[in-house]
Amino acid sequence: MIDLEPVTRPDAPLARRNPVAKLAAALLCSVILIATLDPVAPAIAIAFELALLPLFGIRLRVLARRAMPLLVGAVGVLVTLVLFAADRSGRILIEAGPFLVTSGVLITALGLVLRMFAVALPGLIVVATTDPTDLADALVQNARLSARFAYGALAAFRLVPLLAQEWQMISMARRARGIDAGRDPLARLRLFGSTAFTLLVGAIRRGTRLAVAMDARGFDATTPRSMARRQHFGHADGLLIAGAAVLAGAALAVSVAVGTFRPLIG
Amino acid sequence: MSAVRLRDFGWRHAGRKRWAVRGLDLRIEHGERVLLLGASGAGKSTLLAALAGLLPEDSGEQEGTVEVDGRDPRRAREEVGLLFQDPETQLVMARCGDDVAFGPENRGLPAEQIWPRVDEALRRVGFRYGRDRPTAALSGGEQQRLAFAGVLALRPRLLLLDEPTANLDPAGAALIRDAVAAALDADTTLLLVEHRLAEALPLVDRVVVLAPGGGVQADGTPQAVFAAHGEALAAEGVWVPGHPVPARPAATTAGETLLTADELALPPRLASVSLTVRAGEALAVHGPNGAGKSTLALLLGGLLAPAAGRVTATAELAGGDARVPPHRWRAPALVGRIGTVFQDPEHQFVTAAVADELALGPRRTGRTEAQVRATVDTLLDRLRLTALAEANPYTLSGGEARRLSVATALATAPRLLVCDEPTFGQDRRTWQELVELFAELRDNGHGLVTVTHDPEFIAALADRRVRLDQPRSVP
Repeated sequence: MIDLEPVTRPDAPLARRNPVAKLAAALLCSVILIATLDPVAPAIAIAFELALLPLFGIRLRVLARRAMPLLVGAVGVLVTLVLFAADRSGRILIEAGPFLVTSGVLITALGLVLRMFAVALPGLIVVATTDPTDLADALVQNARLSARFAYGALAAFRLVPLLAQEWQMISMARRARGIDAGRDPLARLRLFGSTAFTLLVGAIRRGTRLAVAMDARGFDATTPRSMARRQHFGHADGLLIAGAAVLAGAALAVSVAVGTFRPLIG
Repeated sequence: MSAVRLRDFGWRHAGRKRWAVRGLDLRIEHGERVLLLGASGAGKSTLLAALAGLLPEDSGEQEGTVEVDGRDPRRAREEVGLLFQDPETQLVMARCGDDVAFGPENRGLPAEQIWPRVDEALRRVGFRYGRDRPTAALSGGEQQRLAFAGVLALRPRLLLLDEPTANLDPAGAALIRDAVAAALDADTTLLLVEHRLAEALPLVDRVVVLAPGGGVQADGTPQAVFAAHGEALAAEGVWVPGHPVPARPAATTAGETLLTADELALPPRLASVSLTVRAGEALAVHGPNGAGKSTLALLLGGLLAPAAGRVTATAELAGGDARVPPHRWRAPALVGRIGTVFQDPEHQFVTAAVADELALGPRRTGRTEAQVRATVDTLLDRLRLTALAEANPYTLSGGEARRLSVATALATAPRLLVCDEPTFGQDRRTWQELVELFAELRDNGHGLVTVTHDPEFIAALADRRVRLDQPRSVP
């Protein structure tokens, strides 16, 4: 299940920043860090990011739980690369039958895993510290996103948790009709497909009803929309974005200075 | 100028052969409170959509004229508020106050005027919680009350309510009835569609009945309309007061035990419960929302594994399989013994035609093609579905879909039938047919377990009742 509720102390100085500023800072960080393939820059960036956690009001343990899928992915990347990487340069560390682990392989794998974390952590922090309603408000007010898109997506989002319940219900309803797959993998695949189709049909119907109800409350009106909740974009928010660029840039600069920098392109 | 004026109005949705509404002449004055009745398919919902300005010109074909305050409803949108059946698909925002503010924002009301309006609307519907309450934490009745506040915040002069209590339990329906009663003022015109007349009549001073073929069948005060047309309306399925439905107590005593539940539990949804299900007996399970009635139905139906306790079938029901708990049976074996009817009929439909839907179960349990055909024909006839044999199950009306979902469970001739709220939102005619059918099954030695909120259904059919209370961990 995707968990999207914010888990922050609302008075934390950086968590309180404008959601659009937080989003922009995270994106900027990610884009800058993607530029290098070495492990040094992302390692420094991760250190910065973790050091800033208290300012976002998130505890490390809570973030680790959110990052669990990422950890699983990291282990997968590590194992795959160690076993199957084509580049076997560097000092031989382990040689066991067909498996040859060299220092070059290990550094490449480590770089990839660190990059994954360095790029994903800012996004995780934004999600963990931002109320979805505030994000939609800020996107409309400060990033000039269309209200129709932002609030439409927000409303549709509210229906997502229902899908999991619905899936269970449809599966049980099929069993009650005498349909199960048993051990036959092909029948399982077919059952999965038909359950997914029913789920989709239901979701579309529900979405249509929601859209009509929203229009009945004037969502399709041509008059300019007003805002009941104000989102401010101040100097502090600008500073957050600039700060993110400076920190990510610094991480990159260190990697260039120590000579480990390997550009993504070229 | 009248609040609503229809002259020979008709509407046909694009791509349909039939007119949804036709030949309608109607005039409703400011401040009138009108109950709109009519058999399902008479076009009540289409009429409300037309009055709310929600039928774009390119979405169908119009005849005659429709006016709200002398204007085309599409250009009088700010005059009209429309409340739908399902609270789940009307709420937009995560917090209650934000949701009520959604409408006023759309109309461009200045921010400093929005919050006083939100508070006023919440007060008018008697909302018990603060603005910051998450909408997801509300019961169905409270959600619908909130959706109503969202409509009132736009201060509509014409209020359209489309079966606002159809998806709610009796306690939730009472919340909405009280909220509507409290919110009406001399300035507001009300047009209400509702099957439960007992809920609706205290709110209205005029009844309009749409004729199935088009036009108005009856129009006047509730007393006058029901005196002249009560009998006919009751026969068509309207719950007219003073027309009680006959009870069907058991003709024989209960037979052998089919299924037992021993300290069955699935926390936090269901606290421990023990019961026995017997052949030739109708058992009703009732109790407040959140007590786990639906969960119990799924456990008894062999669709869900219990966390504690067990469900045991007797040899009478399952023969040699009785040693294995029902939730471990293969599906084709299960449906030959226990049939389950879900609360939402559409969850159970898997084919594209009514007849295929009925043939599916018998085919999976290995009947011959001739047997399958005989079963399908008998059930189509018994449940008045013969004319719809080729129709897509998803296009059926509420009553037709319910009859089909019961028929699909009966197609495999299970000895035990488990139903979750089978009479929910049904008109009087379908309701009576269901009671009749269930009584017949019981008197033929079938076991019947019904989870229900419906006191009339329990009174008419149940031989024994079990009350479930909320698990103690839930406040």
